[in-house]
Amino acid sequence: MSWWTRTIAIMVKEVRQLSRDRITFGMIVGIPLLQITLFGYAINTDVRNIGTGVVDLAGSSLSRMLIADIEQTQVVKFVRAYADLTALSDAIRRGDIKLGIYIPSDIERRSGDPQRNVAQLLVDGSDPTISSIAQRIVNMPLPSRAGSANTSAFASQSAAPTFSVRNYFNPERRSAVQIVPALIGVILTLTMVLFTAVAIVRERERGNFELLVTTPVRTVELMVGKIVPYIAIGMVQVSIVLLVGSLLFNVPIRGQVTDLYLASLLFVMASLGLGLTISTVAQSQFQAMQLTFFVFLPSILLSGFMFPFDGMPQAAQWVGSVLPLTHFIELIRGIMLRGAGVLELTTHVYALVAFFCVAMTIAMLRFVKRLD
Amino acid sequence: MIATDTAPETSAIVARRLTRRFGSLLAVNNVNLSIPAARIYGFLGPNGSGKSTTIRLLCGLLEPSAGTVTVLGFDMPDEADELRQNIGYMTQRFSLYEDLSVAENLQFMARIYGLSRTQAKTKIAANVEQYRLGRLFKQRAGTLSGGQKQRLALASVTLHEPRLLLLDEPTSAVDPQSRRDFWDSLFTLAESGTTILVSTHFMDEAERCHRLAILDAGAVVAEGEPQALANDLKASVLEVSTTNPQQAREVLRQIAWVGSVTQLGNRLRVTVSRTRTDAPTEIQATLSDAGIASETRETRANLEDVFVAATARAQQADA
Repeated sequence: MSWWTRTIAIMVKEVRQLSRDRITFGMIVGIPLLQITLFGYAINTDVRNIGTGVVDLAGSSLSRMLIADIEQTQVVKFVRAYADLTALSDAIRRGDIKLGIYIPSDIERRSGDPQRNVAQLLVDGSDPTISSIAQRIVNMPLPSRAGSANTSAFASQSAAPTFSVRNYFNPERRSAVQIVPALIGVILTLTMVLFTAVAIVRERERGNFELLVTTPVRTVELMVGKIVPYIAIGMVQVSIVLLVGSLLFNVPIRGQVTDLYLASLLFVMASLGLGLTISTVAQSQFQAMQLTFFVFLPSILLSGFMFPFDGMPQAAQWVGSVLPLTHFIELIRGIMLRGAGVLELTTHVYALVAFFCVAMTIAMLRFVKRLD
Repeated sequence: MIATDTAPETSAIVARRLTRRFGSLLAVNNVNLSIPAARIYGFLGPNGSGKSTTIRLLCGLLEPSAGTVTVLGFDMPDEADELRQNIGYMTQRFSLYEDLSVAENLQFMARIYGLSRTQAKTKIAANVEQYRLGRLFKQRAGTLSGGQKQRLALASVTLHEPRLLLLDEPTSAVDPQSRRDFWDSLFTLAESGTTILVSTHFMDEAERCHRLAILDAGAVVAEGEPQALANDLKASVLEVSTTNPQQAREVLRQIAWVGSVTQLGNRLRVTVSRTRTDAPTEIQATLSDAGIASETRETRANLEDVFVAATARAQQADA
């Protein structure tokens, strides 16, 4: 049982030190509060190749022409056809696609009436940029109407848009709804990675490490003892963001709260693993901080937090899919906004678990209980 | 009184041809050691002589480049994990947590050494008493004075009653009175069977060791009991009193058979080869030729003379 004693001893020590370090302690609460307030605006950008599903009940030449026209804009990329509207909206909820195009069987008759929408556009409102992209498709002229629109500007202005829009999960298109869930991930990345990245380097710098390595404490005990307090802190931060998000910005939680915390737990662990790995590489606290930001920037840019993941170039997507934040954002948006369950998003769960295991293995292997 | 269970003749540490390189630097060079149990063994040497590196090699903090080490019967560095429960290591720099209180540091170390809650409580109480930490119990370690920090450090690394204590220049940041107290504590520990290895660059501390090794440039240049080392010195020591010690010093350094010249106020401490029986008269003659009046008498060799002679020899061999 002495391994247990020693692990607990490390934990108790970490918590005590943390409670003495006023600035770090303040950061635990301060970073989430500051970020959530700062990021209270939307970030819109041009994007391409948004994964889109289609239900074509008409199957006519007009419907095919419409689909071809939409595809030509290169904004969307049709990934799958679905049988009916339910299948289409389920796919959006699972995160398989971001946009859905529903073409009713009476498209020919609708196209004759300039006051009616021809088809329906289903939008995943949990992603900040998708809504604005949808706007561009909505006003695309229908192939059969195009001719008349060209001859008479007046007619085209008075005509109803080609699509009627159904914005799922965020009908008011409020940016806070889209930003806040992902922001949990950004905040956790910054704080969790930074805290642990500094954890072992600091002991080395202050000379504590030299004493510690001559004691019977084992690598695993040291690592676990250092990680566990931060898991608890991570959960506190998640709660702060959720609380402020719902009080200040009215962000809904449509899925299970337990799923939400489970996803956050996995992500916190993955981030801590990454932090520990950094800690075994860095020679000083300053280096640890630099390395943290080296990871933090791509996390913000390539994870789908700022730009839709599907719209990024292939190479950027490869980099992005290695980052834990990418998978967490998929998870958290799915759970909070689309009401999906963790089990519907298993790919991302596995990705986080795998990341944690790999990071911890590297950290353990790199961590040597010697000075040379 | 000497014949206890832990027979002093048995060796706590045996090192054979111990060598450690850092790149091209030879920090420890072919060191052979046999350190007796339940005794205070000293490493005396200038900065950079390899004292710290040797201690780190002995407790598994560093791996040797060559040679073998057995510490308390454990082969190092392979059995370092098994050894760790049996040693206490005090670093040159204060290495406990400055942002934790005295009590919290002691509790932490007790648990790290695997003491049960009750064991920890008893042992902490005993060490707090012995090292006079009661009044400082709730104080943050970072606010303690040098001497207090050192008492805390010693109290911390002896909680698990280690069989071997490795102390790397423990008194370098401590006032003289605290040093005296500290050494009293070391003798108490040695009496109760603990082997103590202490490195220092203070002569008075080295003289208090049961046995010591003088290190220079990574090698052991002299080894033995302090008094024996002084007696065995292959040089006699002369004390030269003069009105012009500065000039006399320069003159004497020119003489080939003079070992070292150390100025002490208006006196010079001069070591000369033992074969030179008429050295006092020769020195006085040489000095009067240079127009310096002096008076010379023979005196007893001390550890500093041994140290100066031993390290000077190594430097000559170097050049």
